[in-house]
Amino acid sequence: MDGWLGVLIMIGLGIGFAGVMVGLSLLLGPKNPTPEKLAPYECGMAAVGDARERHSVKFYLVAMIFLLFDIEVAFLYPWALALRDLGWPGFVQIVTFFLILLVGYVYVWRKGVLDWGPVSSRVRSQRPKAA
Amino acid sequence: MDLRTAIQLGIIGLTFFMLINASALLVLAERKIMGFMQQRYGPYRVGPHGMLQPLADIIKLLMKEELRPKGADKWLFTLAPIISVTAAFAAFATVPWGAQTTFFGLLDEPVKLGVADVNVGVLVVFAVTSMGVYGIVLAGWASNSKYSLFGGLRASAQMISYELAYATALASVVMLAGSLSLREVVDSQSGVWFGFIPRWYVFLQPIGFIIYTIAGVAETNRAPFDFPEAEQELVAGYNTEYSSVRFALFPQAEYINMATMSAVATDLYLGGWHGPWLPPEYGWIWFLAKVGVILFVYIWVRWTVPRYRYDQLMSFGWKILFPAAVINLLVTAALVLYFNA
Repeated sequence: MDGWLGVLIMIGLGIGFAGVMVGLSLLLGPKNPTPEKLAPYECGMAAVGDARERHSVKFYLVAMIFLLFDIEVAFLYPWALALRDLGWPGFVQIVTFFLILLVGYVYVWRKGVLDWGPVSSRVRSQRPKAA
Repeated sequence: MDLRTAIQLGIIGLTFFMLINASALLVLAERKIMGFMQQRYGPYRVGPHGMLQPLADIIKLLMKEELRPKGADKWLFTLAPIISVTAAFAAFATVPWGAQTTFFGLLDEPVKLGVADVNVGVLVVFAVTSMGVYGIVLAGWASNSKYSLFGGLRASAQMISYELAYATALASVVMLAGSLSLREVVDSQSGVWFGFIPRWYVFLQPIGFIIYTIAGVAETNRAPFDFPEAEQELVAGYNTEYSSVRFALFPQAEYINMATMSAVATDLYLGGWHGPWLPPEYGWIWFLAKVGVILFVYIWVRWTVPRYRYDQLMSFGWKILFPAAVINLLVTAALVLYFNA
């Protein structure tokens, strides 16, 4: 089908399918809840505290650098399409763009944002000592 | 409603039906292939050679009790699997799976085999597959279980990290084809070089294809990158607290995403429905065969390669895969300019 109507129909079919399946299981399944069944799974022990607590700042850092680099990738697409018209000047411009980004990339790498495992001694030595 | 509209709606319905069947078939194929790789038969009781096992699975899951943990968010908990499945279906909407056909002269104007033909198909696939992350993250957040939350967080970090390499690798193909429409990219791969090598982009972009495949495995959360549901560490990850059909929708979304990933790889790198011997009207047979081979490799890899560590996954994606994709793109651009000038 030409145009966007097909995409909309597909989204509608997906929502409809998932809704019908969830509705059917609500109709067909038994309902016999007990406090033990409704407790969150924690390896058989009674759950301790709330799950929504603080978590590693690494995830926020990755989300932020993802935003920067994903915008860069979004810029790449129009350039990739127009490459033959832009020619070598366009190529030089995109290489300049990448060189600027490379500075940020190296900074992020040296700061240890991309290290998830055991921290290297260089990064550890730069961290402030605990009082 | 005229005949043409009816046939186009029929094509959409068929695509939708095939996607549902693809997820059922993949469940069976995975268990069978796993069985044979481990020198046993896999499911064998339901129907001949266990062929009806997926049907039995879904009936069993429909009859199970829906449980929602006490502290869970009522609406988000139900919404999360629906988002996952809807995004999975919608992502296939712009992927064409066959050449134009008139159905043996039934129609005056040929119709295109595929749900929707839009001129920014590649971007739509990106946008919609990224929406799938919301389903997983919301599932982890809404469950109010520690394992679910860790699974959801891991999934979000993993999927956004590998999306960079994935998108950059595809940009090289877009550059070669000069179009964002998946159908035009496929059509630019018709014909042969030197009389026998098909003009598929996998031969021009071998590194790009490898990067795309690795990132695609990570994007669909499959082994060896299945950290969001690493069962030895996180029980079942983001779907720990799910039961009944709401649980079943997550694996279904994962299998449909695998099918989409393979279909996009076929369209962009393996020449789509172009192939020798068959007339273009039957090109969809080639398409299905290529998608099947990629899906088999998916399952094969899962039962061959052990899972990585999470820090290895992140540093591999950011420090190796992404720079490699960027260098691949720049080299491709230089070569395109050099040979075009």
